[in-house]
Amino acid sequence: MDLFLQQILTGLANGSIYACLALAVVMIYQAIDHFNFAQGEMAMFSTYICWAMIHAGVPYWLAFFLTIGISFLGGVAIERIIFKPLHNAPVLSHIIVFIGLLAIFNSLAGAIWDHNIKTFPSPFPEGSFEGLIGMHEVGMFFVTLLLLLGIFAFFRFTRIGMAMQAAAANPASAELVGIRIGWMLALGWGLAAAIGAVAGMMIAPIVFLDPNMMLGILLYGFAAAIVGGISSPGGAVAGGFLVGVIENLAGTYLPAIGSELKLTVALVLIVAVLLFKPNGLFGKTIVTRV
Amino acid sequence: MSHLLEVTGLEASYGHTKALHGLDFSLDQGGITTILGANGAGKTTTLRAISGMVARKGEVKLNGTSLMSIGTADITRQGVAHVPEGRGTFVRMSTEDNLKLGAYSRTDKDGILEDMERVFSYFPILKQRRGQQAGTLSGGEAQMLAVGRALMLRPKLLLLDEPSFGLAPLIVQELFEILKRINEAEGVSMLLVEQNAALALDLADQAYLLETGNIVISGTSESILENETVRRSYLGY
Repeated sequence: MDLFLQQILTGLANGSIYACLALAVVMIYQAIDHFNFAQGEMAMFSTYICWAMIHAGVPYWLAFFLTIGISFLGGVAIERIIFKPLHNAPVLSHIIVFIGLLAIFNSLAGAIWDHNIKTFPSPFPEGSFEGLIGMHEVGMFFVTLLLLLGIFAFFRFTRIGMAMQAAAANPASAELVGIRIGWMLALGWGLAAAIGAVAGMMIAPIVFLDPNMMLGILLYGFAAAIVGGISSPGGAVAGGFLVGVIENLAGTYLPAIGSELKLTVALVLIVAVLLFKPNGLFGKTIVTRV
Repeated sequence: MSHLLEVTGLEASYGHTKALHGLDFSLDQGGITTILGANGAGKTTTLRAISGMVARKGEVKLNGTSLMSIGTADITRQGVAHVPEGRGTFVRMSTEDNLKLGAYSRTDKDGILEDMERVFSYFPILKQRRGQQAGTLSGGEAQMLAVGRALMLRPKLLLLDEPSFGLAPLIVQELFEILKRINEAEGVSMLLVEQNAALALDLADQAYLLETGNIVISGTSESILENETVRRSYLGY
């Protein structure tokens, strides 16, 4: 029973990270209709920035919040400089640019900070909670939960948050009420980058820091977004927790999977959901006229 | 009377296809002007060109200030509220949130609340529906919400694109009576595009007839009503 509980809790903790990435992916998807394949590498790069600051003697939490700010500005800059000119470009151009960004961030991190695996500090005490789950996992769960609640409050209760939703849902009408949608897009990129940064900094003490650290995690994030429904931010978050729990339980109780084939679970989930419920568990069916 | 809106040599095009071939017209302060014409004459395009939603050339001036070098969002902020074809409400948001977004560019909280109450006084049904998702409103309610949302800007000029489209005659009558009241009470000028010529001429004081991107007839509503061509082609008697 303890093992079961342990796996559920660990699943929820990991799931909170997947939920963050899924939310970041969904936010950009809703704004520009494409999956941002570079989301994980952007988060990885942010984590390196935080590591560099801590390494230079900046206290953890100061570095943490500075990194969020820098990532936000970086996200805004990416939209303004790279994606704004691509506004009406075809799908393939977007995908190529995403892959390009992925390669650039990956190589840049390697070039600046080398490819050796580094440890990343945790701000939370060592030890475990009731012998079930590490204190870092507990802290990570609550930090990401706080972040997710904050994001939802932002979208629901602030004027800018509402305007961002409006711009994503109906750009033409949004402009007709005076919303400058270009800046809303940039803001969306900034927020997505900042959310990714938090996910990266929180997961780094567990998976260690290296330029490829987010590859597998982004796959889980994609799985979460698809399981939850790509049209539903709330669904994506729920999908994140679900994927975290499923992945852990499958790894523990299905001997054929074990810890080596866990990532396959994410891929199987993606394929299964797309086959049987393409809009995800919480997504809305979208009918397009052709 | 001074001109609120002055349009000179307005051209608009979609890709290589020209839709407007140099329109000249003006709108009086506080007046209601209608643009009549058949399908594809360029009525909607005229409104879209004023709002900067299509590629355009020529000159559009609001109170003497050119609207040509700024984008749609900033034209809106100058006081031009466009109620688009198909209403363009935010269907997944509540009625109240739609109205709040109409006042997005304003920061005077008290004024916004006041205007929300005023919109509710014109359209009491919207008050009943304030928590309801806009996508679940009936056609008439959605059109009222679209007009209400435009009023939340406290506009100088209201652009109305076929507000009667798809609505039952009784609802249309009610809507046009309310538009008349809004015009009289608030002094909001309106530029109305309509297929229903009789209805539009009844509300408006000035009218232009558009044919394939050119203004062919213009004048007061009374004079247009008596025009032989208009009567035969657009009024059907």
